[in-house]
Amino acid sequence: MHNTLAIARRELTSYFHSPVAHVVLAVFLVVSGWLFFYFSGLLIVGKASMRGFFALCPLLFMLFVPAITMRLIAEERKSGTFEGLMTLPVAEHEVVLGKFLAALSMMCVGLLCTFVYPVSLALIKAPGSALDMGPIIGGYLSAVLLLSSFIAFGMWASALSKNQIIAFILGLLLCFALWIPDKAILILPASLGAAVQYLSVNYHFENIARGVIDVRDVLYYLTVTTIGLVLTTRTIAATRQ
Amino acid sequence: MSDAPASPPMIQIEGLTKHYGRTHALRGITFEVPKGQVVGFLGPNGAGKSTTMKILTGFVEATGGIVKVAGISVADDPVGARTRIGYLPENNPLYEDMMVEEYLEYIARIRRIPADKVRGAIDTAVARCGLQKVRGKDIGELSKGFRQRVGLAQAIVHDPDLLILDEPTTGLDPNQVVEIRNLIRELGKEKTVILSTHVLPEVQHMCGRALIISEGKIVADGAPDQLSSDGGHIDLVVTGKRGAPDLAATRALLKALPDVAEVHERTTGEKDALAFSLTTKGSADPRRALFAALVDAELVLLSLDKKALGLEETFRKLTTAEAGKAEHADHPHSKAA
Repeated sequence: MHNTLAIARRELTSYFHSPVAHVVLAVFLVVSGWLFFYFSGLLIVGKASMRGFFALCPLLFMLFVPAITMRLIAEERKSGTFEGLMTLPVAEHEVVLGKFLAALSMMCVGLLCTFVYPVSLALIKAPGSALDMGPIIGGYLSAVLLLSSFIAFGMWASALSKNQIIAFILGLLLCFALWIPDKAILILPASLGAAVQYLSVNYHFENIARGVIDVRDVLYYLTVTTIGLVLTTRTIAATRQ
Repeated sequence: MSDAPASPPMIQIEGLTKHYGRTHALRGITFEVPKGQVVGFLGPNGAGKSTTMKILTGFVEATGGIVKVAGISVADDPVGARTRIGYLPENNPLYEDMMVEEYLEYIARIRRIPADKVRGAIDTAVARCGLQKVRGKDIGELSKGFRQRVGLAQAIVHDPDLLILDEPTTGLDPNQVVEIRNLIRELGKEKTVILSTHVLPEVQHMCGRALIISEGKIVADGAPDQLSSDGGHIDLVVTGKRGAPDLAATRALLKALPDVAEVHERTTGEKDALAFSLTTKGSADPRRALFAALVDAELVLLSLDKKALGLEETFRKLTTAEAGKAEHADHPHSKAA
């Protein structure tokens, strides 16, 4: 844990020194802000919910997470600092976990900034009407869980290539692959479609975002995240061959 | 239980092999480095110096053989072995966006220096490597010489027993080279150091022992002076008592001396004189026999200069064995022509 935190700290410092991370966060806030006001229906029907915003989170994260994770390992392998890192007395999984925590914290900072939306909703809602906090809390929880699984796979993409652009595209494809089974219901027979749909991050995301927190959905995300982290660890260990 | 030696050698390598796919980078390397020795690891590019160091530090896994650092097997306890080592990788890659201070603190933390001793450890490393003036600067802004010092500082911040330095002086200007060499020599007084280089005088300056590696094998192992004194050259200029001596006869005379391996003609500015360069067999000294033979042949010696075969030439001889044979076949008489 000590090593993991030390690596996470260094990685976070690196994020805050890096213009890329700032640009990504800024663009994320602009885009999500626009989506929030456009899709919340706030200006049209005057209803106060964040449904529209959370519904678009998976697509939004699919783009922004790989942009944050692409440098995690690829950059170090390209610049050579990877050799210094891998010859420190740390285990591979500590390196992976440290970098994962840093990227997750970084994305959570972005998510934290979006708290402005529910707060503004609460302020401008029609007097007497109630803002349903259940879906908002559920939405944020599922957003963090979704981020974890995307970050784990985005980082794996970064371990697979020394080139950050390739790592980004690969990360995007992996996140897309986690999202698309949800649409299987459209082309597959109902029973099979439902089974495939179960594999999709989107399916579980919507469950939690409704405000219903089911252990199975949480477990699903934890499993996907773990798989991503294990794959990254194995890919890193293989560089020693 | 107690039959293990009190202190195992700092480095113990036995039958080390490494294949990258079909390429054999190391073909069975065996050596030991006792505590406190400063070893220079020599070899042409691609001979396997870096690979050996990468295996010692655990960055790369060996294909076969035993590698132990302070008695700890690198294969069985990689993290344990790495705690004993300070490593400066080739090209000294550093996090450009970190401050020197920040970076050393990160290394100190990961190196498990207790929180209350981190400050002191960083101060010591900074002082030893002369980094006081740049502590608060970004690493990316530093000159190459200072970067190298930062690389060394991160390697010694946890006061390791063993320092592994991969080409520590490559790419530095002559002043920086001298500074870094002095620093390494200073560190070598209390630590075991293994450094790779292809700058040969460096080994004579800093190391008590040289290991020459070529094509994945160790081809020489010994004190740098010992390696450099095997065999030598004698340069001489002779003239006749009356005018220039006969070239063929003089050449034959020299060639017939017992300890002379080769005779090459050189050019000389002296009038009516011939100049030769002799290569001696092993460490033999044929000067007395040479002088007597010249007197007998009524030749006059104008100059005589004995040179030990430099480490440079030993190195070339050992590491270009194959190439050397081809060269000789190509132009055996090039010097006489």
